[in-house]
Amino acid sequence: MFKLLDDTGDLVVIQLDGADAKVPAGVSVAAALLYLDRIPTRHSVVNGAPRAPFCMMGVCFECLIEVDGVVDQRACQLQVRAGMRLRLQLSSRDSVP
Amino acid sequence: MKAAYQLLVIGAGPAGMAAAQTAARQGVEVAVIDEQPHPGGQIYRNVNASPLADIELLGKDYVFGRQLVQGFEHAHIDYFANSGVWYLDRSGDLGIVQDGVHRRTSAQRIVVACGAQERPMPFPGWDKAGVMTAGAAQILMKSAAMVPSEAPVLAGNGPLLLLLAWQYLRAGVRLRAIVDTAKSANRWPALRYFPQAIAASDYLFKGLKLVSAIRRARVPWFRQAEDLRALGEKRLSALHFTCRGKPQHIDTPLLLLHQGVIPALQIAAAAGCETRWNSLQQCWQPQVDDWGQSSVDSIFVAGDAAAIGGARAAWLGGQLAGLQLAHQLGLIDAVKRDKLAQPIRKARARHLAIRPFLDTWYRVAESSLVPRDETLACRCEEVSVGELRTLAAMGCTGPNQAKAFTRCGMGPCQGRFCGSTVEQIFASETAASPQQIGRFNTRPPLKPVTLGQIAGIAHNEQR
Repeated sequence: MFKLLDDTGDLVVIQLDGADAKVPAGVSVAAALLYLDRIPTRHSVVNGAPRAPFCMMGVCFECLIEVDGVVDQRACQLQVRAGMRLRLQLSSRDSVP
Repeated sequence: MKAAYQLLVIGAGPAGMAAAQTAARQGVEVAVIDEQPHPGGQIYRNVNASPLADIELLGKDYVFGRQLVQGFEHAHIDYFANSGVWYLDRSGDLGIVQDGVHRRTSAQRIVVACGAQERPMPFPGWDKAGVMTAGAAQILMKSAAMVPSEAPVLAGNGPLLLLLAWQYLRAGVRLRAIVDTAKSANRWPALRYFPQAIAASDYLFKGLKLVSAIRRARVPWFRQAEDLRALGEKRLSALHFTCRGKPQHIDTPLLLLHQGVIPALQIAAAAGCETRWNSLQQCWQPQVDDWGQSSVDSIFVAGDAAAIGGARAAWLGGQLAGLQLAHQLGLIDAVKRDKLAQPIRKARARHLAIRPFLDTWYRVAESSLVPRDETLACRCEEVSVGELRTLAAMGCTGPNQAKAFTRCGMGPCQGRFCGSTVEQIFASETAASPQQIGRFNTRPPLKPVTLGQIAGIAHNEQR
């Protein structure tokens, strides 16, 4: 959904739902997900509605994601690191123990 | 981070940087904590660490921030990036999470300079994946050099929407449409403030420059738009609205919203600072004196966190707070303080002269503040406008009781993106002003913090 204005920068490899993905270095996790066009990024906890990053400044909590085994992290407030393990909080998966 | 400081500033945007630098220059021992990796706030985000090949793309007002950030980086200040406040009390005790690790500190004086947030713009479907704020789009440009890969629709009202359109056009991004919800009825009342706005004519010329560039690019511009509705199953596919009574439909994968900004009130309110409703700016703000001191003696609020005035006014307001703090901490006398403050006040008044005109011209219509019943007011707990309206009609006393009945405002965002809508619903249903209705009580933790962090254990050690 979003692209880099200049494609010459460094990329890092992260793990998204178990698969490797190349994303721009130095950007937020939320920006990386938008770059990969991986939206919706989660399902809401009440009705399971599809959601995605909204404010990008830590206010709305729509971009919550599991990072290195810890759930409910704000993707817009964390920068990508090589080897980071991300899991989208989609409801179909949350019901699996 | 030390156990105690003379002054701790929350936020490294223009107001926070200015307050810190001004006080430090007079010999105050200052710490600044900020949630972002780099100083500058949202307005000057990444200005000195930009991923963009040429920051001129974003315009000269952004580039101006570079000198402010450079000055801040060279000042004698303990600066902590990636750090958020989750607790602050009137005695100046603070709980901070820095890079995931909990720290405690305290300060004799606090400056809350945490800026503004987007005013919620609720309508049916505003929660869909693919609907974002205009501020979010700007952050993606400033911090990641990213722009939409397909033409977006921009919708709403206010200078930031025009600025974003202008920046996108300069970056070669095609715009599908601007869906403008500004009311032409606002123009006559706004003209009353035009004479004083002339003192800040640079803002007016900037606005005209943006509008004419957008017109030249022949972006479809739907004025007087109403009844917005975002459509799509898994993600946004289209925007539906009416324009002068005629239904319109635009297919789009990305919709960027804006209808002004409001002070980020959480930290000051939770610490017990008195707040009041500003009917011209249609938002709550902390009560502060000429220097930014709140009703709690130890706490100052500066910049847009105190009242929306823009980056330049925030920078100057931060300086005023810094001077008064240096005075209260015994480093300068009142004569020196007043002498230094005088030109700052004059410059600040000029930047603020534009506000009543802008606030009136871009006044948000009630239909955009209290939308149709099926709209989600609270995105986190998924509480609709209709449910809240029904509660109000049944005699529910206000936002805090509605919270108990519906969990509205109790999700992870803690009411930041529904508070203003909930107040407006109650105000409109009971024909009272938001001042009479009141706002959500705000309590710590103000940011997510784990029990492990509070206990002083870093998360990795715990596992």
